[in-house]
Amino acid sequence: MSGATEFDAVVVGAGPAGSAAAIALARAGRSVVLVERGPFPGSKNVYGGVVYGRILDQIVPAWWEEVPVERWIVRRSTMMMTGTQSLSVDYRSQAWADRPYNGMTTVRSRFDRWLAGKATDAGARLVTSTVATGLVRDASGRICGVHTDRGDGDLRARVVVACDGVNSFLAKEAGLLPPAEASHHTLGVKEVLDLPRSVIDERFGLTGDEGTDIEILGCTRGIPGGGFLYTNADTVSVGVVLSLPHLAAAGVRPEELIADLKEHPSIAPYLRGATLREYAAHLIPEGGYDAMPTLATDGMLVAGDAAAMTLAAGIWLEGVNFAIGSGLAAGRAVDRAIGAGDCSAAGLASYRADLEAQFVLADHKRFRRAPSLILSERVQQRYPGFLCDMAEELFTVTNPTPKPGGLRATRIAAARHGVTLRALAADTLRALRVFG
Amino acid sequence: MTVRAWRGISFAERMATVDFRVGARAHITVDAEICRSCTTTACVTACPADLFAPTADGGILFNYEECFECGTCYMVCNREGAITWTYPDGGQGVVFHHG
Repeated sequence: MSGATEFDAVVVGAGPAGSAAAIALARAGRSVVLVERGPFPGSKNVYGGVVYGRILDQIVPAWWEEVPVERWIVRRSTMMMTGTQSLSVDYRSQAWADRPYNGMTTVRSRFDRWLAGKATDAGARLVTSTVATGLVRDASGRICGVHTDRGDGDLRARVVVACDGVNSFLAKEAGLLPPAEASHHTLGVKEVLDLPRSVIDERFGLTGDEGTDIEILGCTRGIPGGGFLYTNADTVSVGVVLSLPHLAAAGVRPEELIADLKEHPSIAPYLRGATLREYAAHLIPEGGYDAMPTLATDGMLVAGDAAAMTLAAGIWLEGVNFAIGSGLAAGRAVDRAIGAGDCSAAGLASYRADLEAQFVLADHKRFRRAPSLILSERVQQRYPGFLCDMAEELFTVTNPTPKPGGLRATRIAAARHGVTLRALAADTLRALRVFG
Repeated sequence: MTVRAWRGISFAERMATVDFRVGARAHITVDAEICRSCTTTACVTACPADLFAPTADGGILFNYEECFECGTCYMVCNREGAITWTYPDGGQGVVFHHG
């Protein structure tokens, strides 16, 4: 690694965004170095459920034949719970069990290595175990590379693509991200548990490579967030996602909340006898569209978690696909900017236009008000119990007392949880506006 | 195994499942003077690796060795400059195998 060499681009972070950017650049014939601080791509990365693969169509035709998949999701369930109840919307589709599939579970140490391999196959140079410690600027102040913690130091490039994750020190140094905005972040903690494949198949009702993803509301002692449980080949992953300021204020330890979830009567039978393989924690940028940084500055673009691209819109919880989509767009924009001889913010502006024309920013913009609705007090603290009690009123047979009927069941459950019918109507309208 | 046994796992056993390649340089530093005036000590309960412990004199004792490098501590800290947080040197720190 020589300080004298100038690359067309230095991409920082060999996660899905960085590898996608490096793939786009290398395939366009640009010289690109991909810097990863961990010993291998994926070693610093954690995700929480499902990778939606269709964005990979743009990278590898028939990617499903080679991607390191654990299981293909055929069943997704949204569960609302109290300490003793649960109510689920459980959807299963065999259409998702065949090509091109819908979602997959994977292991990031394998998935991210696979994707980074596509970048090196295309000619990108991968440098692992190297931290990009800061931005290099030329005499005019324009970004023209990164300092690293290697002895021989700096990597110079026409453009830096910052895919350095949720804490992006590069985006912060460039003044694009605030130093620490707890309210835009959640903490995900996850346990990966060993469980024999046949036991997983039986308990979750799965065959072959089929998988299940369960997302859960009402399991975090009122701390805004949620829980998840999903199947890998011969492990299951269970965890919770917690609003940072509320976690801090509650004074609860995160692993206690996982323990709560694992003991829940609707969850415990899935996990009986499972043993801990690995415990993990990671931050998630959940601020959505309105919390995103400026995406381009002179000589630098930001993509993936560094650009807060994670979509946390309640019924849709996606991140890896947004990272790949934004990385590919960043790579294309850098290629165009170099071709046009203008790597200033204006020259890189096609990045944002590209993202707006496709799912990455279109979905974020459309569902920009979803995070605040999903994390609101009523949705988090009252509705799981209200809905469970409504189901209980409807389905409990109290002969000789006559059945209450739907409206009365709603009134009883709403009153029990301090939900007024006016608030319920307002939230229904709000949900229609947010998701409609 | 009873369900209750889930709570039986000690925190040390939990952390023993994680691969840490510990570097010589501490990537977190804490300014004990600032911490002494802190009443929330949010880092103590929120850190998923339980790296921060309050001391009798009102300061904070911490270790960096088993850090997930998540960033929770500095994000929840409301005392400017109390926690200085960078990444460990290249190749060091946490290595997730099943993330």
